[in-house]
Amino acid sequence: MTSLQLLLDGFAAALTPVNLMYALIGVTLGTLVGVLPGIGPAMTVALLLPITFTVPPASAFIMFAGIYYGGMYGGSTTSILLNTPGESASMITALEGNKMARRGRAAQALATAAIGSFVAGTIATALLVVAAPAVVEVAIAFGPEDYFALAVLAFTAVSSVLSRSVVRGLASLGLGLAIGLIGIDQQTGQARLTLGIPQLLDGIDVVIVAVGLFALGEALYVASRLRHAAPEVAPVGRAWMGRADWRRSWRPWLRGTALGFPFGALPGGGAEIPTFLSYAAERRLARGVAREEYGKGAIEGVAGPEAANNASAAGTLVPLLTLGLPTSATAAILLAAFQQYGLQPGPQLFDHNPALVWAMIASLFIGNTMLLVLNLPMAPLWARVLRVPRPYLYAGIVLFAALGVYALNGSVVDLFVLYVLGLLGFAMRRFGLPVAPAVIGMILGPMAEIQLRRALAIGAGDVSVLVRSPIAAVLLVLSALALLAPLVRKLLARRGRAAAPAREE
Amino acid sequence: MRLRVLAALAALSLGALTACGSGSGTSASASLRIMAPAAPGGGWDQTSRTAEQAFKSSEPQRKVEVFNVPGAGGTIGLAQLAGEKGNGNLLMTMGLVMVGAIEQNKSKVTLAETTPIAKLTEEYELVVVPAESPFKSVADLVAAWKADPAKVSISGGSAGGTDHIVAGLMAKAAGVDPKQVNYIAHSGGGEALNELLGNKVSAGISGVAEFAEHVKSGKLRALGVTSGERVPGLDAPTLKEAGLAVELANWRGFVAPGGLSDADKKALTDAVTKMHDAQPWQDAVAKNGWIDSFQTGQEFADFLAAEQERVKGIIAEMGLVS
Repeated sequence: MTSLQLLLDGFAAALTPVNLMYALIGVTLGTLVGVLPGIGPAMTVALLLPITFTVPPASAFIMFAGIYYGGMYGGSTTSILLNTPGESASMITALEGNKMARRGRAAQALATAAIGSFVAGTIATALLVVAAPAVVEVAIAFGPEDYFALAVLAFTAVSSVLSRSVVRGLASLGLGLAIGLIGIDQQTGQARLTLGIPQLLDGIDVVIVAVGLFALGEALYVASRLRHAAPEVAPVGRAWMGRADWRRSWRPWLRGTALGFPFGALPGGGAEIPTFLSYAAERRLARGVAREEYGKGAIEGVAGPEAANNASAAGTLVPLLTLGLPTSATAAILLAAFQQYGLQPGPQLFDHNPALVWAMIASLFIGNTMLLVLNLPMAPLWARVLRVPRPYLYAGIVLFAALGVYALNGSVVDLFVLYVLGLLGFAMRRFGLPVAPAVIGMILGPMAEIQLRRALAIGAGDVSVLVRSPIAAVLLVLSALALLAPLVRKLLARRGRAAAPAREE
Repeated sequence: MRLRVLAALAALSLGALTACGSGSGTSASASLRIMAPAAPGGGWDQTSRTAEQAFKSSEPQRKVEVFNVPGAGGTIGLAQLAGEKGNGNLLMTMGLVMVGAIEQNKSKVTLAETTPIAKLTEEYELVVVPAESPFKSVADLVAAWKADPAKVSISGGSAGGTDHIVAGLMAKAAGVDPKQVNYIAHSGGGEALNELLGNKVSAGISGVAEFAEHVKSGKLRALGVTSGERVPGLDAPTLKEAGLAVELANWRGFVAPGGLSDADKKALTDAVTKMHDAQPWQDAVAKNGWIDSFQTGQEFADFLAAEQERVKGIIAEMGLVS
């Protein structure tokens, strides 16, 4: 009851005209930087940190939270329309979302992403209010061996996106793992695969890889086809979600939220893994039309991951506010912002500065609603971007890809890396290699490696530490089941067929 | 195209917002640029931006601008600075971590190609253990360390960074081979904190500010601090008191490009001194819990040389340079 009272006070504080304006600026900026590949919410908030010298804390956090949520919304738009993920967390959205757009269902894909993000954001924020202390206990219990098991589970779960040809999928995954090795090895501080180029010492940013392989590769491939055949113009379908779309979306939204929130709260979870798991789960659960449509533009494959990435953004605030533990790049910068005000997030924050914390939480609800109001009417408008003639559209994509990547570090070397990866992406498309596994490998590979080595180092080299933790054991058993289930099903089907005639005798 | 318009809008509004409160007037003297050789949000970035605010109050007529050149422990920024030989309007924020990174990355450019201007702040390092840990003192930790170094896992920031260097110096002082230290590196202190709170590792090393809150709330136990004297408000002995002759501060300061004229060097030193005395800087030092360790001229140059010698030695002894 006291929480509710405090939350209502928070709403009262957040609903002043000035703070509403900051929330509006935040969500608008967030959406814009989410749309641009390369520039993400973390960088935007970092660049805006100096306003903490002039703006009162509540207003600043209301704006920062708006940027964070807005970024998660905006990232999906280019994923769906242009097959160009604006953030790594919206990469999976491109898989089904872009196929939907090509079939003339761009508006539906955008709408399910926007509403899914709203539903997920709202539920996850509510969970933040009621479940934060409990969730954080579980999150802290996760050790390196558990993260390793989690990465293994994510690997097996996403094996379903490895394309029809397993060999090609694995080849692409291997490429991603190799790219992930570039840079200074975190445990020993030694450089790997950097070819003596100092700019490669920090590794290649996952955004550059995603933009290079997806956006640039796609643009080059389309350009190479233009003269062979007139490009098919994407049909412009209905503007809004139909009854069937709603029926097919609401369960993935809820499941995506359930996956995203706890992963966001995990200090090593990240926003990507829940989107992978959500995508894989929706694919497994797909029945009827959805099953046939999967891989050709199923709405479930957009609704689930989009809900998951927004829910994870709210989840990130749990360890940040309750422990002062930043679990994402954006959260780390939010922590710096707290410190600018002389506030230390942690167990005491809720007691010492309840007004600020609850105003921020209230503003999350407000920001979410604003984003929905801003984005939903935009969906049919955005969908029209697809009618821009191909040469202009793709020239624009190349320009924005380069701009975004350059903005990341202001480094020319990054641009070279982008173009090399773009050529790689083109070659992969030309020879039928899927690009998604490469990016997945690049995200999961380094995580699996570092956590495995940490676990083994802490265990002084004893391999059994990997299964001694109950969390790890459960996750590994789940992974094994995910791998074995199709085999077992096949086996059972065969035995069933063998048994049937026997009964007839 | 709509995308293009939106992008332009984004750029504009970002620009407008960051310019908020700058109030820069026309300047008689040339504008000063401060390079933060790291991504926005980190310690060097924070120091640079705080200095920017302080400069605006100490020299309101001068335009001051911070820019980021991230990468490889600051050595990318260092290489860029070296290319600006003789430029008397450029400062680079740097610190102990850069000294280590130069060694570890075998950077072609070293601090010899810069002009030391001033040391600004120091932060001490804290050695902690989880509340459930059997180690009650540094002596307990050292005893276990001597028995089997592999069994004592120490969690901290990046490999070769300040936290790791402290671990190496402690091992050396305790008579344990620094190469045998079982150090679990993380991209930052926050990530390392998680393993400590979850009681997954034997001990942790990071900045005092990083751990202080959790020591107060009783989730972590402080064993020792790397300062010369006890830190006020922190219930922990110094490592020296606890029997390990290790004293180290994670310091930050400014260097300028090499080949500066004496007049330029003096002008920069004077400007930085005025900035240091300005109220916004003093306020920020108090708010962030930094230790004011202002030092300029030959004093800072000597300090820098000594630190380079010390870091080079311990990094080699830890086997971090191949």
